[in-house]
Amino acid sequence: MSTLTDQPTPESGGLAPDATVAPTRSAGARKLPVVLGVLTLGLGLILVLSSHSGDTTFQLAADTDFVALPDIVVPSGPTGWVMVLACLALTAEAVRRMLGHLRQPTWIPVVFAIAWMTGFLSWAAADNSIRVVSLFGGAVALAIPLVFGALGGVLGERAGVVNIAIEGQLLLGAFAAAITASTTGSPWAGLVSAAIAGALVALILGLFAITYFVDQVIVGVVLNVLVLGLTNFLFRQVLTPNAQTLNAPEGFDRVPIPVLGDIPLVGPIFFRQTALVYVLYLVVALVAYALYRTRWGLRVRAVGEHPKAADTVGIKVNRTRYRTILLAGAIAGMGGAYYTLVSVSQFNRELTNGAGYIALAAVIFGKWDPIRATLAALLFGFATNLQGVLSAIGSPVPSQFMLALPYVVTLFAVAGLVGRSRAPAADGVPYKQQ
Amino acid sequence: MSDTDKPQPAEPEPGTQQTAPREVDPAEDAAAAQPDRSRSVLRDIATGNALSGVLAVFLAVLVGSVMIAATDEGVRETVGYVTARPSDFFTALWDAVSGAYTAMFRGAIFNNLVDDPAQQWRPLTETLKYAGPLILGGLGVGLAFRAALFNIGGRGQMLIAGGAAGWVGFQLDLPMAVHLPLAIIVGMVFGALWGGIAGLLKARTGAHEVIVTIMLNYVAYYLLFWALTKEALLKTPGSVNPKSPPMHDTAILPKVLGDRFNLHLGFVLALVAVAVVWWLLNRSTLGYRIRAVGENPHAARASGINVGKTYTVVMMIAGSLLGLAGVNQVLGTVTTGVSLDLDASIGFDAITVALLGRSRPLGILAAGLLFGAFKAGGFTMQASENISVDLVLVVQSLIVLFLAAPALVRTIFRLPAQEAK
Repeated sequence: MSTLTDQPTPESGGLAPDATVAPTRSAGARKLPVVLGVLTLGLGLILVLSSHSGDTTFQLAADTDFVALPDIVVPSGPTGWVMVLACLALTAEAVRRMLGHLRQPTWIPVVFAIAWMTGFLSWAAADNSIRVVSLFGGAVALAIPLVFGALGGVLGERAGVVNIAIEGQLLLGAFAAAITASTTGSPWAGLVSAAIAGALVALILGLFAITYFVDQVIVGVVLNVLVLGLTNFLFRQVLTPNAQTLNAPEGFDRVPIPVLGDIPLVGPIFFRQTALVYVLYLVVALVAYALYRTRWGLRVRAVGEHPKAADTVGIKVNRTRYRTILLAGAIAGMGGAYYTLVSVSQFNRELTNGAGYIALAAVIFGKWDPIRATLAALLFGFATNLQGVLSAIGSPVPSQFMLALPYVVTLFAVAGLVGRSRAPAADGVPYKQQ
Repeated sequence: MSDTDKPQPAEPEPGTQQTAPREVDPAEDAAAAQPDRSRSVLRDIATGNALSGVLAVFLAVLVGSVMIAATDEGVRETVGYVTARPSDFFTALWDAVSGAYTAMFRGAIFNNLVDDPAQQWRPLTETLKYAGPLILGGLGVGLAFRAALFNIGGRGQMLIAGGAAGWVGFQLDLPMAVHLPLAIIVGMVFGALWGGIAGLLKARTGAHEVIVTIMLNYVAYYLLFWALTKEALLKTPGSVNPKSPPMHDTAILPKVLGDRFNLHLGFVLALVAVAVVWWLLNRSTLGYRIRAVGENPHAARASGINVGKTYTVVMMIAGSLLGLAGVNQVLGTVTTGVSLDLDASIGFDAITVALLGRSRPLGILAAGLLFGAFKAGGFTMQASENISVDLVLVVQSLIVLFLAAPALVRTIFRLPAQEAK
């Protein structure tokens, strides 16, 4: 039984890099130029090896825009090469800063990403047009469950509980939302029951991980299997025979926000979405504010970093952890509602298909910070949507490579190529009162 | 469990770890627990740890029964007038639950509905067929557990290995004596390489293996998907399905009990692997290193063991074992071609097998046989009683959860808390 109850040592606790083997030198500053250089070289190689002629059109306007932006038509090949030059310049700047032992500012990778993506798109969509609004708007929609899941993951881990069960929370949330929205006819009721379902999974996680000190990673993985088996079983035994009454949920409709939705480019992308997306904006803001600006957030972080110290000053460690993961589970569960109330409008087997694990990746890629994790989840949503857009216009990139992109990026991230990340110190370590 | 009484680094046992600190002074306990641990298994049985294992299985089956009953038509009809005629309700309840479990037994061990003695025992051979890859996978996950590594990458390792072995299996024309061993070895090598990536990343950068192996699962999936669209690799010419052509006869694992039974050489390979892993863990220097690193990497490093190298080697061996499980699927169980679901969720089932088997080779053998029986029986249950085979997943994961928290099972059954010593 030893493996079940092994206490992770604090150094290797949670999903943090293992200090016993990790190199101590800080490698972030040196790796950025390397990564940028490799990416620039890659883009150059793509252009050399398969040159496209023709023009690429970037459609900036949505169909119903108040002020219609013009389409931008650029020659495919030359644009690609201009962007390669821009990438080269940015790489050179990163190298200069590295040699001068200067900090690498955030704008370098951001501008690099925009230039690289523009060059790549103008190559991939030669003789075609890219609808910029649907590219980004679809990315926001696809990222909904990832962002909810990542926020749940961030909260749990900040309190010192590793939540591998995000996948299970999403799946049970989707299941509960489908049934409740079908029986009540209200998507809002579905959303509430999705949150309750997510919290229920979190409660089981807490029971085993906090009260009974079982290894949190193992509980998480087993809970995912349990929820998968449970929903598959109930889907076949209960939902399928009663599909009309139990599995025909009323979904969320698209609700444009009056003024914000009319802003060119930004409006259609962010403010002509479903109500669930607006709930998401609210939750992101609330979590980010509460975690860093309230007494509650301070306590949560204290419990995750140094539970003994928190206990000494009178914070109830395990009670705080329970409360936090229940909230985190509810948030992750709401993400599950996306599948049955926005995306496909009925529950199906294995509907989430590993989104919980991508959300987990976003937690780590986002360095356990709610805003960064949200951005990471949006990035993964973008990669998924980009794949859809590119395969729709028949681009030469194998769609499988695009789909694998989030996972590869995460691999690089956890390997420390995208800067060092540090998990909360007591992440994954159960707390026993002496 | 015979291997636990060999000299080995201290094992944290649930008994001493979980309940002891509540009852004795922690410092005194830490000092006293050390020499006691070699006899831990005997003590566990004496103080009822085996009992809580049995109760865990019982609880899980009980929950499964509740799920069967709650979704059964007859039970739901009779519950409406349960106060008027309770006998109807209990008869329906008994029919639903006992029907499900006897169907499982018929599918997993012995079928009394046919007359031919060979056919009667056929379900048992099906159980062994399903148990083979579960045992192999369980060994791969369990071996990594012994080095305190959590290998969730079984799926990816199986997919890559299955794809590679499948490529050898239908692209090459060789005599059987060369073809089959070559396909097996190529599969294991690719599994080892895929597992080794996780070990190497952990060793070099400290990246947590849980995240790395999860990500590698998806990368492997899309890599195989891509390979299935390329004719030079795995694509069937002229087909749009992501499935490769069937294996050549020279690369297929031979049937062990003749053509009437599906049991193939894969199960024998699994038994061999159990013996090899047992020897590796308990009799070899590498096994000592693995266990030392698993117990305490700092102490292992201080005594001159290269921790990073051990991580890499363990993950390579684990990958090769899961790779063999993938090979077993492609060349033995489903020889009609490589597909994206060739892993048949064995990569994840293997985790529960390793946990139930307590990461020990013989325990994994037993756990693999049990879950193989669940699998074989589950399909029969679905076919004859119309109860979803996914019930098996629920029962399996509940067993592991309850086993992981013996204290919870004790609370449920109001057993006394464990003695500290």
